Amino acid sequence: MNSARLTVTDLSWSPRRGGERLLHATSFTLAAGRVLGIVGPNGAGKTTLLRLLYRFHRPETGTVAIDGEDIWRLSARAVARRVAAVLQEHPSDFSLTVAEVVALGRTPHRRGFAGTDGARDRQIIHQVLGQLGLKGLAHRHIGTLSGGERQRVMVARALAQEPGLLILDEPTNHLDIRHQLETLNLIRTLPLTIVTSLHDLNLASGICDDVLLLQGGKPQGFGPPGQVLSEAAVSRAFRVDARRETLAPSGAAHLTYHLSDAGQNP
Amino acid sequence: MTETPRLPGRTRHAGRRLAALLGGFAVLAVSVSIAISVGAVQVPLATVWGVFLNKLVPGLVDATWSQGREAIVWDIRFPRALLAMMVGAGLAMVGASLQAVTRNPLADPHLLGISSGGAFGAILALLHTGLFIGLLTVPLLAFLGALMATLVVLGVARFAEASSADRLVLAGVAVSFIIMSAANVLIFLGDPRATHTVVFWMLGGLGLAQWSQLAYPLVILVLCGAWLMSRASSLNAMTVGDETASTLGIAVARFRLLVFVVGALITGVMVAFSGIIGFVGLMVPHVVRMLVGGDYLRVLPGSALVGAILLLWADIAARTVMAPEDIPIGIVTGLIGGVFFVWLLGRRRPQ
Repeated sequence: MNSARLTVTDLSWSPRRGGERLLHATSFTLAAGRVLGIVGPNGAGKTTLLRLLYRFHRPETGTVAIDGEDIWRLSARAVARRVAAVLQEHPSDFSLTVAEVVALGRTPHRRGFAGTDGARDRQIIHQVLGQLGLKGLAHRHIGTLSGGERQRVMVARALAQEPGLLILDEPTNHLDIRHQLETLNLIRTLPLTIVTSLHDLNLASGICDDVLLLQGGKPQGFGPPGQVLSEAAVSRAFRVDARRETLAPSGAAHLTYHLSDAGQNP
Repeated sequence: MTETPRLPGRTRHAGRRLAALLGGFAVLAVSVSIAISVGAVQVPLATVWGVFLNKLVPGLVDATWSQGREAIVWDIRFPRALLAMMVGAGLAMVGASLQAVTRNPLADPHLLGISSGGAFGAILALLHTGLFIGLLTVPLLAFLGALMATLVVLGVARFAEASSADRLVLAGVAVSFIIMSAANVLIFLGDPRATHTVVFWMLGGLGLAQWSQLAYPLVILVLCGAWLMSRASSLNAMTVGDETASTLGIAVARFRLLVFVVGALITGVMVAFSGIIGFVGLMVPHVVRMLVGGDYLRVLPGSALVGAILLLWADIAARTVMAPEDIPIGIVTGLIGGVFFVWLLGRRRPQ
């Protein structure tokens, strides 16, 4: 797997052409192998931006380029061989096994009659199942797994695509603390370029090389977390009083939040 | 690493699947034989096989049976059994495919109004337009009716923003009611002498099966079945979710529309030859998933096999329950399917 460089130029999107924009002109460049966290309050446009990155929405203006190639000049299959996404969708009613879900990741690589899984496909599926500790679960039905296990299966499926860019939508949602840490640790160690949306700013600061702060569909800053997530910027974006404090034994920076209008409203 | 790693249990699974497949074909062969043997006139199984083998290789078996028996077996019951198998296989594959692309385990050509649309087109041809392009008129108008109903259901679902599983079924049921009442108006306005036949056919009747007509459903079934099989991995991806399927390189909206059109094609042609036979598409894929798992590379052929067997037995029941009268097979599948539906609702109760 070669990690890819992601270049976003003047990207914007609205549900109807000429309608109200959910994402205003956004530009950034993410170097190969870096982890980008997309943060912002609800409705800031995080999901919209991700959908533009994994070629689900077509941009109204601007481009998304992988290693310099516009993803809308490539076929959907060609993009699927370079960009994989782990979303909040899970199969449940259709009795697919873990191995079968992971095998879906090979879909964009297949040629000819569907389902001809060559030796290489099998080897890759075998390898990612091992990498994510899913070998023992390979023949379990996906509907019988816990939330954390299902999340790992979906990551394994994405890795089976052998992408250069991995996109994750709120990967820690609905996971308990241990599974959150495991997921973040995994993200940190994958040798890929990664874009992930995250709710928790402190988690984002911990694992991201860069963060993009969005508010009302407008980018408020892009760069290393320490720079972008300043007290002032976070306070403005989330309409709270944010304070950067220092945790006592570890000395790590930690954001705390307080309602700025507390006491003023009944 | 030079050796290709095997997933745990792969050979064991392959062996079991082969056994399931062979077992399925054995059950199918037995079911066909019984379906041809029973009826108003009982024909011994030996005669059924004797006639069949003599037709394959003339003179292979000494004909110990009368001409009349041979006519019953070969001209009436064989085409009927073959039509039952094709209808069962076709409707079950349509049900399985629609369930994947709508991500809705309750999807079924009957519940989604596609069968009603097919019936509307067929009634229009039988009672009003006349057979203006010969024998093809009924299947063609049935297909167009089924396609129209499909597009209306998809349109209503979009209009009502009914993207969730249960609401799509409601949209289908609503459209189905409207089209059925329009079809009933056509019957009401039609020639009263012809209406009896049409009503009987609409309730599901395989009794009109003739060798000369079997080619149409066969060609459609083989072509559409092969296309669906070639899209098995896309169907698998669709069960995960639209956006995930799209990140796997599938043009989701176009693929879903294509599957609906192919479903309308199969359903329309089957309805044209056998009337409305409901719930086969709903029931069979669930049973098959319990037997062989959820991979569409196995669900589709499994559904075809189990659907064929189910419809043979439904037809056997339809011909024996009130013998010597045939009751319409749609009554039998409706009864079994309705009970199954209730069971399914209970099983899907939110935990």
